[in-house]
Amino acid sequence: MWLKFEPRAEPSRLMTYLSPLLAVGLMFLSGLLLFYVLGKDPIEGFRVFFLYPMKDAYSIAELFLKATPLMLCAVGLSVGFKANVWNIGAEGQLLIGALAGGWVALRFEHSTSPFLLPAMILAGAVGGMLWAAIPAFLRTRFNANEILTSLMLVYVAELVVSWLVHGPWKDPDGFNFPQTKVFSAAATLPLMLAGTRVNIALLFALGALVAGWLFMNRSFLGYQMKVAGQAENAGRYAGFSARRSVWFGMLAGGAMAGIAGISEVAGPVGQITEKISPGYGFAAMIVAFVGRLSPIGILFSSLLMAILYVGGEQAQQYLSLPSSISKVFQGMLLFFLLGSDVFINFRPRFVRRRK
Amino acid sequence: MKTCNLALAGALLATAALNAAPPAAPVKIGFIYVSPVGDAGWTYQHDLGRKQMEAAFKGQVTTKFIENVPEGADAERIIRQMAQDGNSIIFTTSFGYMNPTEKVAKTLPNVTFFHATGYKSGANMGIYNARFYEGRYLNGVIAGKMSKTNVAGYVAAFPIPEVVMGINAFARGMKSVNPKAEVRVIWVNSWFDPGKEREAAMTLIAQGADMITHHTDSTAVVQAAEEKHKEKGTWAFSYHSDMSKYGPTAQLSGTTHVWGDFYVKTVKEVLDKKWKGTNVWGGIKDGMIQLAPMSKSVPADVQKQVKGLEASIKAGKFHPFAGPVVDQEGKERVAKGKDMSDSDMNSMNYYVQGVASTFPKN
Repeated sequence: MWLKFEPRAEPSRLMTYLSPLLAVGLMFLSGLLLFYVLGKDPIEGFRVFFLYPMKDAYSIAELFLKATPLMLCAVGLSVGFKANVWNIGAEGQLLIGALAGGWVALRFEHSTSPFLLPAMILAGAVGGMLWAAIPAFLRTRFNANEILTSLMLVYVAELVVSWLVHGPWKDPDGFNFPQTKVFSAAATLPLMLAGTRVNIALLFALGALVAGWLFMNRSFLGYQMKVAGQAENAGRYAGFSARRSVWFGMLAGGAMAGIAGISEVAGPVGQITEKISPGYGFAAMIVAFVGRLSPIGILFSSLLMAILYVGGEQAQQYLSLPSSISKVFQGMLLFFLLGSDVFINFRPRFVRRRK
Repeated sequence: MKTCNLALAGALLATAALNAAPPAAPVKIGFIYVSPVGDAGWTYQHDLGRKQMEAAFKGQVTTKFIENVPEGADAERIIRQMAQDGNSIIFTTSFGYMNPTEKVAKTLPNVTFFHATGYKSGANMGIYNARFYEGRYLNGVIAGKMSKTNVAGYVAAFPIPEVVMGINAFARGMKSVNPKAEVRVIWVNSWFDPGKEREAAMTLIAQGADMITHHTDSTAVVQAAEEKHKEKGTWAFSYHSDMSKYGPTAQLSGTTHVWGDFYVKTVKEVLDKKWKGTNVWGGIKDGMIQLAPMSKSVPADVQKQVKGLEASIKAGKFHPFAGPVVDQEGKERVAKGKDMSDSDMNSMNYYVQGVASTFPKN
């Protein structure tokens, strides 16, 4: 008997939704195996990695805090990804958003105006969009591959952050250490639940999920972008502008990443340092794909990704596993998802071996 | 007689038991590390200290560490969780943990926190650091005596005072015995990047430096010197840990951090309920900085001179930044007859004379 993959007449809707679940299941199984091979009790390992992060209200609040930037970045990226616009640089857009919003906070450090926070959020979104506009311009004007340009701009953004916190934005009373002043109370996002760190950025993220859903399913431009992504020629024949898709896809990703950035520095971080993001912009790509580029899916996959981050910390603390365990699980998830996605367009069949 | 002896023994045992009075459960102590423990470097030295402290209070304490904790928003959760897990003493060992540690400390008054290399303290938050520059000065003296090219190369991470202080101390030590000496600096903008560190070391060697050292976390610079030793006669000074394992021929000496004694002393204070706050900046005198063993290649007279200087620093008779301290532009920063104050050292943002590179201007 041979296993053969036959192309399906049309992509399987069922598999589209089953594939991420299959990937998560395979990740769990391999995780158990991994714990076993590392000499840990697999059941205990599973409990520590996946259940401890949900053990009490504070922990669950932490998961939502962690999932917020992932949700924001992923929903923005999904708009572009649907139209085959590959923005790999959400991390950089996040950083520039944090800088732009942070500039407002530092420039008006004595302000107590209720408009300060909205202005910071707006600046964050604009900053992210400007950074995303560079690859969009290079793509539409010179046909430069946006995968490369957006990725490379991440490193530029990191250096800009580094320069500012080591240089002009350094806290003058901070003994020359590379960080800005701590933002004032008026420039810090209010908490949603006292005793936790969840702030109103979670509401922005949930709002972005709703807006993303409305845009993709209820607007004409969203429809055009989906068509362009699924069948480029059909889109062109129908007269849908590819340039507009690129611009809108990149800017949506940039705006959301920028909001994620300012929400981090005006939220749990409280100042601009060199360590604003542990790679949310990159992890958000996995989140977007595991969530099938749909806002509802992204809601769940961002929480799953948050568990992988926090679970890795737990595994270090209670199982004495190395910190890279989080990355291993993230990698397995993406790997299994890509593998499972084969079943969307192909059907496995057992055929008899020829004599 | 026998009964008398027994009674005495009994009484002795009883007093011994009373004196030991073992607490019901061991006190849990947690450490937060910024990088993996590995086998040399900043975190490795802290982990040696943790082990020494745990051994010193065998049965009384248990310790636990979490490594590679990012210095961003995540640190606060990890520190808080460590406290909520029953760790009543927590050491956070990187500058970036300062604000998260302070935030957690304010909400958990029954836990005692210690933060390394920062400047914010509180009712239940102590701070500690080591006078790395003292070891650097001594390393510089050896370099000045032994350099044939009169050029030393310095691979450095970030231009913060702690690092700049080390460069300046090294340059002053080198120049004190060799007026022609100069120190060249390459910034790699990373605490740990073996590839870049190696590249920087090779560049400095190619520029004629026959003495190299580093303020970065890996062993790459010492290894680079070892590799070039035969061809170029390159010598190295290790930092954080003694790296003679990686540079058996090339390493002349180094500046080694020793945290164990500090951890033992501080934990004892807390256990005995005698702790009243910690603001420690310890040097050779306190056993927190050690000169890595000088290799056989260091001539006996140089060894003797360095040992003598070490003793004067220890006795408080000599300060590596004793005036006159003149910066690159010729401006006098400390007048003759005075020592630089701690606060001036902690905000050092210029090079002294003897450093050939230009200070990274912002």
